[in-house]
Amino acid sequence: MATLQQQQQGRDRIRLALLLTPGLLWLVLFFALPLVIIFVYSFMTNDALGRVVYQPTLDNYITVFTQSLYINAYWRSIWTSVLTTVICLLIGYPLAVFIARSPQQWRMPLLMLILIPFWTNFLVRIYAWQIILANNGIINGFLELIGVGRLPLLNNEGATLIGLIYGELPFMVLPLYAAIDRFDFTLMEAAADLGANKIQAFLRIMLPMTMPGIVAGSVLVFIPTLGQFVVSELLGGAKVDYLGNLIQRLFLRANPINWPLGSAMAVLMMIVLLVLIMLYFRATTEEER
Amino acid sequence: MSDSIAIELRDVVKRFGDVVAVDHVNLQIRDGEFFSLLGPSGCGKTSSLRMIAGFELPTSGSIIIHGREMGITPPHQRPVNTVFQSYALFPHMTVAQNVAFGLEMRKTPKNEIARRVQEALDLVRLSGLEERRPRQLSGGQQQRVALARALVNHPEVLLLDEPLGALDQKLRKEMQLELKSLQVRVGITFVFVTHDQEEALTMSDRIAVMNKGKILQVGTPTEIYERPNCRFVADFIGETNFIDGVVIGRDGNYTVLETPEGLRFRGLAARPLSDGTSVTYSIRPEKVRLLTPDGALPPDGLAGTVMSVNYIGSDTRITVRINDRRIIDVWEQNTRSTLDRNEYWQPGEAAVIVCPPDNALVLSE
Ligand SMILES: Nc1ncnc2c1ncn2[C@@H]1O[C@H](COP(=O)(O)OP(=O)(O)OP(=O)(O)O)[C@@H](O)[C@H]1O
Ligand SMILES: [Mg+2]
Repeated sequence: MATLQQQQQGRDRIRLALLLTPGLLWLVLFFALPLVIIFVYSFMTNDALGRVVYQPTLDNYITVFTQSLYINAYWRSIWTSVLTTVICLLIGYPLAVFIARSPQQWRMPLLMLILIPFWTNFLVRIYAWQIILANNGIINGFLELIGVGRLPLLNNEGATLIGLIYGELPFMVLPLYAAIDRFDFTLMEAAADLGANKIQAFLRIMLPMTMPGIVAGSVLVFIPTLGQFVVSELLGGAKVDYLGNLIQRLFLRANPINWPLGSAMAVLMMIVLLVLIMLYFRATTEEER
Repeated sequence: MSDSIAIELRDVVKRFGDVVAVDHVNLQIRDGEFFSLLGPSGCGKTSSLRMIAGFELPTSGSIIIHGREMGITPPHQRPVNTVFQSYALFPHMTVAQNVAFGLEMRKTPKNEIARRVQEALDLVRLSGLEERRPRQLSGGQQQRVALARALVNHPEVLLLDEPLGALDQKLRKEMQLELKSLQVRVGITFVFVTHDQEEALTMSDRIAVMNKGKILQVGTPTEIYERPNCRFVADFIGETNFIDGVVIGRDGNYTVLETPEGLRFRGLAARPLSDGTSVTYSIRPEKVRLLTPDGALPPDGLAGTVMSVNYIGSDTRITVRINDRRIIDVWEQNTRSTLDRNEYWQPGEAAVIVCPPDNALVLSE
């Protein structure tokens, strides 16, 4: 005979299962299954018409690791993502401190200013940057006016970086703000009182205590940047290949299209991400001790 | 205790916009003394302390620590340490790391840090908790860590901003005694901020009573309690009976005043007062005697009626009505243990109060 408590537990378990089923189904159908398919494809081959041929091989991985086109794309994307993340952090941290330290009634409006761009489609905003940076754009118009002359601002890697930083900055600022807003600035006074100068107090107290915000912001910025292809196409002028551009091309536009090779690149990208993020977590939580 | 000056405030003013938080304060705190800043909320205690620590700069005036004019010296270069009201312990560090922080900032050698941290933790009786995080400690333990973290640096002056405010009553009483004995042992000057008059009386060598940014009186606990120099201090420290009147003359050492309805009282005044001066007569409830009427009134006696009687264990607190407008509080110590109802005053009973002039003050503003 089950005790009342056991009966209760049984009923709770059924309820829990019912509640979780839709979510689990969703995850399996739209997350796990595609991942498995990509993983399987990455070991297949391709025919002349771009169809997947079920013939196991490691060729795709060998291609990625041996052809400079692909390796360079990885390095370029990783480097650009690191740069974007670091610059977003350097801009975002003081910005988040500024917002968190401004008078109560100003904080929400300031945060709204950071969020307002999201009300417009991302593509529209990137096109706006084209208008700003173009040869006959706003900045060049001004530079011409003051006699500096036109500069090639659009269609290069610098433009890509600007676009990426612009697009990702809010994802850095918001988690940083959340962490800094929770930080008790009396601790900085306590540190100063104990003989720490501003830099020491920041490094020993504020930085480790806001590390969760830094980690969250960095991850939020790094992941989408690594796989992006829109910004490098629209602002970078598609002159050099980033990871996202290559994968997109292999899946949609190559002649013939090559899903297995694209899948191999995608799988490797995921592995790179996982490894980098794990290293990052390790490094940052060690600092926190 | 030497007579040299640890801290001096010279005509210090602090304004925040329109608010004058500290208003022309002059103060000398002696080396090695336990000095309290006492006053109601918002009177400028924290602001004064923060200016000594260097977190705020005076709007005008100067702060001198051990003969050195502080000017704009930043907090990390001042020879003082602070115990914050909220403790402000570093939550991501262990107790030992918290305590070691100040020494690390001053580049103390590693083995000396270890020794002094241990010493400081022993001093506040926290040994064994080195590896705990602040959130794993009780309020009283956190309080001790904050103390150890400051004391480990051997500061010349320790500033404490209501350090016991967050503790419950019992722990608070314990920590008061402990803090006091600690101060005596380490011999460091303590500047202690509190709005609790009992706390200030218990712990301090000297007290400065503040109100609205001004210092009203500086003195030993006895001086502050027995000889308050104005109505505010008499009212803020302990309980007292106030009676307003005008001076009508002198009687030996005593100043005599008369109330509008013609009652006369005698008491001590700090300085001679001319006739007609408006004054406040003040006598503490425990200093009034209550007698059973037996014919003639004794000197300084007034006839009245007992209105209420509150037995609170150690004392009985009685209110006596003198006339339609005046009620005097009298506290009688229960020196005899008895259940006999007749030993205690009863409401409605006739009584005579006696206000000994040596126990009463005549205050003028
Ligand atoms: N940073 C500030 N900005 C504006 N006004 C302030 C600031 N700090 C203090 N004040 C004002 O100065 C006055 C004195 O404040 P202070 O904190 O020194 O009082 P306190 O005696 O410590 O009071 P409490 O017992 O409540 O802590 C108050 O009126 C307060 O509102
Ligand atoms: Mg205060």
